[in-house]
Amino acid sequence: MSAAVAWARRRASAADAWRRLRRDRLAMTALIVLVAFVVMALIAPLVSDRADFDAINTGGNPTNSSPSGQFVLGTDGLGRSMALQVMWGARISLLVGFSATVLMIVLGVVVGLAAGFFGGWIDAVLMRITDWFMVIPFLPLAIVLASVLERGVGTIVLVIGITSWPSTARLIRSQVLSIRERLYVDRARALGAGKGHIIGRHILPNVTPLILANTTLAVPIAILTETTLSFLGLGDPTQVSWGGLLERAGTTAVKAGYWWEYLPPGVGIVLVVLAFTIIGRAVEEVLDPRLRAR
Amino acid sequence: MRATFILRKLAGAVSTLAFVVVFNFFLFRVVNKNPVDSMFRGRNLTASQKAELTRKFHLDGSKWDQFVGYVRQLLRGDLGLSFKGNRPVVDVIAEALWPTILLVGFSTLLAMLGIGLGYRAGWRRGSRFDTTSTSLSMLTYSMPEFWIGMVLLGIFAAKLGWFPVGGLEDPGSTATGFSKLLDQFHHMLLPAIVLAIAYVGEYMIVARSAMIETLREDYLQLARAKGMRDDDVRRKHAVPNARLPVVSLSAINFGFVVSGAIAVESIFSWPGIGQATYIAIRGPDLPVLQGLFLLISAAVIVANLIADLLYGRLDPRVVGR
Repeated sequence: MSAAVAWARRRASAADAWRRLRRDRLAMTALIVLVAFVVMALIAPLVSDRADFDAINTGGNPTNSSPSGQFVLGTDGLGRSMALQVMWGARISLLVGFSATVLMIVLGVVVGLAAGFFGGWIDAVLMRITDWFMVIPFLPLAIVLASVLERGVGTIVLVIGITSWPSTARLIRSQVLSIRERLYVDRARALGAGKGHIIGRHILPNVTPLILANTTLAVPIAILTETTLSFLGLGDPTQVSWGGLLERAGTTAVKAGYWWEYLPPGVGIVLVVLAFTIIGRAVEEVLDPRLRAR
Repeated sequence: MRATFILRKLAGAVSTLAFVVVFNFFLFRVVNKNPVDSMFRGRNLTASQKAELTRKFHLDGSKWDQFVGYVRQLLRGDLGLSFKGNRPVVDVIAEALWPTILLVGFSTLLAMLGIGLGYRAGWRRGSRFDTTSTSLSMLTYSMPEFWIGMVLLGIFAAKLGWFPVGGLEDPGSTATGFSKLLDQFHHMLLPAIVLAIAYVGEYMIVARSAMIETLREDYLQLARAKGMRDDDVRRKHAVPNARLPVVSLSAINFGFVVSGAIAVESIFSWPGIGQATYIAIRGPDLPVLQGLFLLISAAVIVANLIADLLYGRLDPRVVGR
């Protein structure tokens, strides 16, 4: 019975949050931009074939040609259509961005929950490790990890997840520390509730909004890191992401003035990252009454 | 400052450094099962060649012996040999050090202009200046540093020809003395501007929110009640108190700027730590990568330690805790 009440209350507050978010015009614009990019990534296989990029099929195309009626965003040095490559690149960039974020959040939440809930030496050890990972500069760390492991999309996801969880862990820990001391948790404990019950029923539902806001703000980090790693040549050589496109263009295209080879992938990255940042901040503001007052 | 505070921070820094050393070893000698194979990818080696290389790069013996050997070597300041040309890693890094110190130092100074902007924006929260500068910082935050570099290189170097397209100085330049310095500065300006654009927003945002925090303090009210001019209230009472978060940010940002320099240096062929990293990734030249990772981490750890100690001086409250 009380669980049903709690869920009804949570649903109501989620609906309220969504209503407030809907009023934020900037955030809604960002959401539309984001949906557009996701749709673009999803329909890429419908409008083209990956074989379109094979040398055997691009032989007749002009190389390094500027945007024209036939090639909306021009072609690269091998005569491949930039427009199609940007569409396909969106798939990898978004896929890596989302999966790395999930890994990062899961690691951060597990460490943060364990440290905050159990306290004592578990907390001390976990926070020591978190501090280490906070201080070590994360791009060089990601670089050494990626260069030792096999190249591939999975490696990139793993590397980003491993290097960027600490701030989430700290955030979740401090939230758990405050929730743990609340009266209803004491009450549940007094009534004989086990640890699993307290975590699952009381702590987790209360940190969920925080996790949500943190997730939206973590995607940009993941996408930007993927871009940089791919640009440095640590990406999957068989798949092209936006960062991979920038790597291929390199300074050669820049110096030759082939702007259509490096501007579109970059603009894609900026728009997606900006959209996530705007939505993340809006979500944070809706969920945190203290920020709303400002 | 209390000695225990200093000791605690020092112990933290040392333990982080120890972790980096262990991690570094683990990564390159344990995760990477066969370093000799990975350095000569695709080339056929005879068993005796392999054995010799294994000995030369100290890859024989048990993992524990290797680890002890590695630490001993580090303590002597020896980072091993580069896979390329057999040069000591220390030499490869040493010659790349100065260009990066110059570039990172100069661009950090430029980016710190953001602190002033942030204070101003926070002081007049909601004003046009505030919304414009906050939006611009969000925009620059969303751009990969090296992409800013590509765009500026395309416009100002390739198209307009205002700046050289890369390098430390003009190729074949015989200039000496002041004109040589001027030439190098000319080469450094564009990459430095790129890094500054990438990180100015971070300084701005943190300075802004630090200022907003202090806005609620009673002593500002009191200062105003005394009849102080608005500008003086800001300069004499608000800014000094909003300085704390900016100090710790500078240390964190130092790590970011060095990281950002990796890709930006490779765009501008600036012969520093970043380009050395880029070249080592392409090799892959694992000993050099290992050495660079150790050096960059150590630099960032020291920067954090300094910031922590400085913070303790600026705000005596944290020392007692």
